[in-house]
Amino acid sequence: MSIESLDPDDVSAADILGSAIERREDPALITGNAEYTDDIQLPEMAHMAVVRSQYGHARIEDVDTSAAEAMDGVIGAYTHDDLAREDTPGELPFLLPVGWLLPSLNDVDHPILADGRVRYQGDAIAVVVAEERYVARDAASAVEVEYDRLDAVTGPGEALSGDAPQLHSDADGNVAFDWEIGDEDKTEEAFASAAHTASVDIDNQLLTPNAMEPRAAVATYNAGTDELDVSMTTQNPHLHRLLMSGVIGHPEHKLSITAPDVGGGFGSKIHHYGDEALVAWCSKLLERPVKWVATRSETYLTDAPGRGHETEAELAMDEDGSIVGLRVDTKANLGAYLSTFAPAVPTYLYGTLLSGQYDIPAIYGHVTGAYTNVPPVDAYRGAGRPEASFLVERLVHLGAKEMGMDPAEFRRHNFVPDDAFPYETQVAVVYDSGEYEKPFDRALEMVDYEGFRERQEAARDEGRYLGIGFSCYIEACGLAPSELAGQLGAQAGLWESSLVRFQPSGTVTAYCGTSGHGQGHATTYAQIVANELGIPYDDVEIVEGDTDEIPQGMGTYGSRSAAVGGSSLVKSAQKVVDKAAEIAAHQLEADPEDVEFEDGEFRVAGAPDQSLDIANVAQAAYLAHDMPEGMEPGLEATSFYDPDNFVFPFGTHVAVVEVDPESGEIEFEQYVAVDDVGNQINPKIVEGQVHGGVAQGVGQALYEGAEYDENGTLLTGSMQDYTVPKAEHIPEMDTDSTVTPSPHNPLGVKGVGEAGTIAAPQAVVNAVSDALEPFGVDGVPMPMTPERVWNAVEDNAAADGGGEDGGER
Amino acid sequence: MTEHDITLTVNGTERELTVDARTLLVHAIRDELGYTGANVGCESSLCGACTVRMDGDAMKSCTALAVQADGAEIETVEGLAEGGEFHPIQEGFQEEHGLQCGYCTPGMMLTAVDLLEENPDPSREEIREGLEGNLCRCTGYQNIVNAVENAADSMGSGAVADGGERPDDRPVTDGGETADCGEVPDDGTASGGGEPE
Ligand code: FES
Ligand code: FES
Repeated sequence: MSIESLDPDDVSAADILGSAIERREDPALITGNAEYTDDIQLPEMAHMAVVRSQYGHARIEDVDTSAAEAMDGVIGAYTHDDLAREDTPGELPFLLPVGWLLPSLNDVDHPILADGRVRYQGDAIAVVVAEERYVARDAASAVEVEYDRLDAVTGPGEALSGDAPQLHSDADGNVAFDWEIGDEDKTEEAFASAAHTASVDIDNQLLTPNAMEPRAAVATYNAGTDELDVSMTTQNPHLHRLLMSGVIGHPEHKLSITAPDVGGGFGSKIHHYGDEALVAWCSKLLERPVKWVATRSETYLTDAPGRGHETEAELAMDEDGSIVGLRVDTKANLGAYLSTFAPAVPTYLYGTLLSGQYDIPAIYGHVTGAYTNVPPVDAYRGAGRPEASFLVERLVHLGAKEMGMDPAEFRRHNFVPDDAFPYETQVAVVYDSGEYEKPFDRALEMVDYEGFRERQEAARDEGRYLGIGFSCYIEACGLAPSELAGQLGAQAGLWESSLVRFQPSGTVTAYCGTSGHGQGHATTYAQIVANELGIPYDDVEIVEGDTDEIPQGMGTYGSRSAAVGGSSLVKSAQKVVDKAAEIAAHQLEADPEDVEFEDGEFRVAGAPDQSLDIANVAQAAYLAHDMPEGMEPGLEATSFYDPDNFVFPFGTHVAVVEVDPESGEIEFEQYVAVDDVGNQINPKIVEGQVHGGVAQGVGQALYEGAEYDENGTLLTGSMQDYTVPKAEHIPEMDTDSTVTPSPHNPLGVKGVGEAGTIAAPQAVVNAVSDALEPFGVDGVPMPMTPERVWNAVEDNAAADGGGEDGGER
Repeated sequence: MTEHDITLTVNGTERELTVDARTLLVHAIRDELGYTGANVGCESSLCGACTVRMDGDAMKSCTALAVQADGAEIETVEGLAEGGEFHPIQEGFQEEHGLQCGYCTPGMMLTAVDLLEENPDPSREEIREGLEGNLCRCTGYQNIVNAVENAADSMGSGAVADGGERPDDRPVTDGGETADCGEVPDDGTASGGGEPE
């Protein structure tokens, strides 16, 4: 059931918040008037290309740039030695920092250009700058690199096994960190007294984000003013300004970062890579504009992949099927170096979600981070939470089977009950609000669960294999209460900042430190601000993505923009209203206590004809002819909103599939998504986020996976070899929602950007398992290609049944 | 590097330019002529972000050399709207929330226009098949399919007479002016562009 869009002109001001209005960003995007980074053309602009390691692991014996430098149109070629030179900008070490520390973290140097050693295929060795794009690329391939190849390791389990090649002298045994959460002893006891257990071995495969717009940057340097302006594909310009300023040694206040239109990110444009810093460095060195645009091959080689877990886990149940314990051991792939938020992803964004929607009295999670010869791994849509949800929902599926219970009933039996909220889990978080049966019941109704079981039975008799799979997911969004984040290791606060400014004519410009890249913030934020100020939606302009215009900001990721950025806008708008109220009282010659604000109007209580609308107050505030005693002119306010807690969206997704055991093909019969993301600012945009998220989750379940050979060579380095799902690959989705507002923020929102991606994979895997039950197959490894499905069926037939946890790996 | 003088008629306006023998059509129209609506996602004919129409057929402009297009009529997303009115496919994408980041959208719309010319009343499956050369990472495609259906409906009902034909009479203006909100913005050609590579 698709939500119908509304023309904003047909929506009254009082109803603007919560309306499914069309997006205001679309006219530019559908006419070719958008400006993405590669659209920027500047006079005298030069082009940079990056020389990258061909090998997964090697010592660099020599880099010879002479042939490249001799080419017509080449301006220069630079290696790590050039960074070290006295006559080039900045000083060593030019290292990329990690923004999240853990007590056991073995941090390692991450140079922006290789310093004698490369640790993944694609690791940057040199850059070349030329007058033209094609020449820069030609010259990059003319740089001769002599390698001394080393053995490589790409999987975390293998990297930690003790006999793998060591990547860094500072990280013995390739251990990046060793981390735990929960209560080991209590969990041990729960297992000792359990009546039943279920276990699983899971590979949650590495995924390449594949934003359609490759990463890119254009830098301009003005030697006269020392100002360095960088336009780049970023989800968090202020963070990039801070990090880049440190990396290349340029003062933060002389560095400006702008996000033009950004063509998708999904996490991959959060992190600070060396490439963008090198563009800035080259621009400073050459004192002219420099552009770099990644080729798609470069995005496969270097965009931080996500996931990459190898996990063994067990669930314990008592006699009645109540879950009594959960034990998890995960080896997480961190790649060759630590990316910006990498240590947080397999720890606090993963371990804290291990309770799922269930009341589990004892949980213990142990995670070891591993250095391997793949690109630095970091957040990809969902980041940690999909891995947790996948694990919990696979175990719950298997637990129900072990108990001989219906998987829906088993879930219902173990849900955190409605009256237990706020609910404190055994893994360090407090769920804000939830009514887990609400979306669950709705989803069961939408798939006609009872009817399905009958159909399934009948189909089996005809030799057709239908299956249903549930995913009752939970996620944590709204990153994050700064104090808590700091205790957990964040090297930044995770508040959000905004500025709401009336213009003298009564229109408003609102600035927010988040940085959307497809999520429709210009629309939803204007809905929020118009509603708070009681002014027409069209009178509000939203500005994001520019460090020169916006006071401060932390950016867009972790489904935080509505909950944290939106709340910051509410806070700023309320400050504006408070000041306006005093001015209005003064002008109306009333006691401020008696002035009420509603629908954009200040009225004196008991004197209905005594009123002023807020636009008139703004005008008066700038005229400043008659202000309250001691009050400054103008009408604007800045706020820093720091959330009280995370918010916890939840929901139920159900996949109904038919599997052909003879071909291994999987077809969707239905996909139902019922999400509870709290209040919705724009239901059409919410629906779009769910659709896109589910598509990426289905991609993980069926199509996607970054694969390396034993030398660390990427085997899935193009859209030919790595399946980004096409229109035909993605099922039609039936979406619906329930609304349980979050009590933690003024909008009551929870966040929706990642829900679909977190929910979908296990719904599909569980559905395929359900379909293949007659074959004794449970848990085909992702991506569940026809070949893998077929093999699983064949292997189990050969083994005459196999174990319940067989085949996941 | 050998250079060639070629002529491209883009959105009805004839443009002469000099390109290297190896310059891809997409780079010629983007970097030389300033039609940046065609985006580059893969440079290997796999994503469809660079789709334009050449002599009436949708094609991936990263798969052709500019010299091969000498004398051709090219239609880019900048040429879709006519006389201040969106093309039905543009309306469809706006009304159905058929885009998020917008990077795939120009290519997606031009492929869809081609599809609708060949099959004015496609089923949802036919739409999905017809879009198989265009990848979108944001939308999950469902609202794109809705957008194409929406356009098919309005084109079929005759609500908009233009059946997706390229407007020949639309002048290519120098960019710089900004259109009013809600109107079709100026097509932006050559605005700040033309800086030769
Ligand atoms: S850029 Fe041409 S198909 Fe991808
Ligand atoms: S809208 Fe972003 S790739 Fe399609």
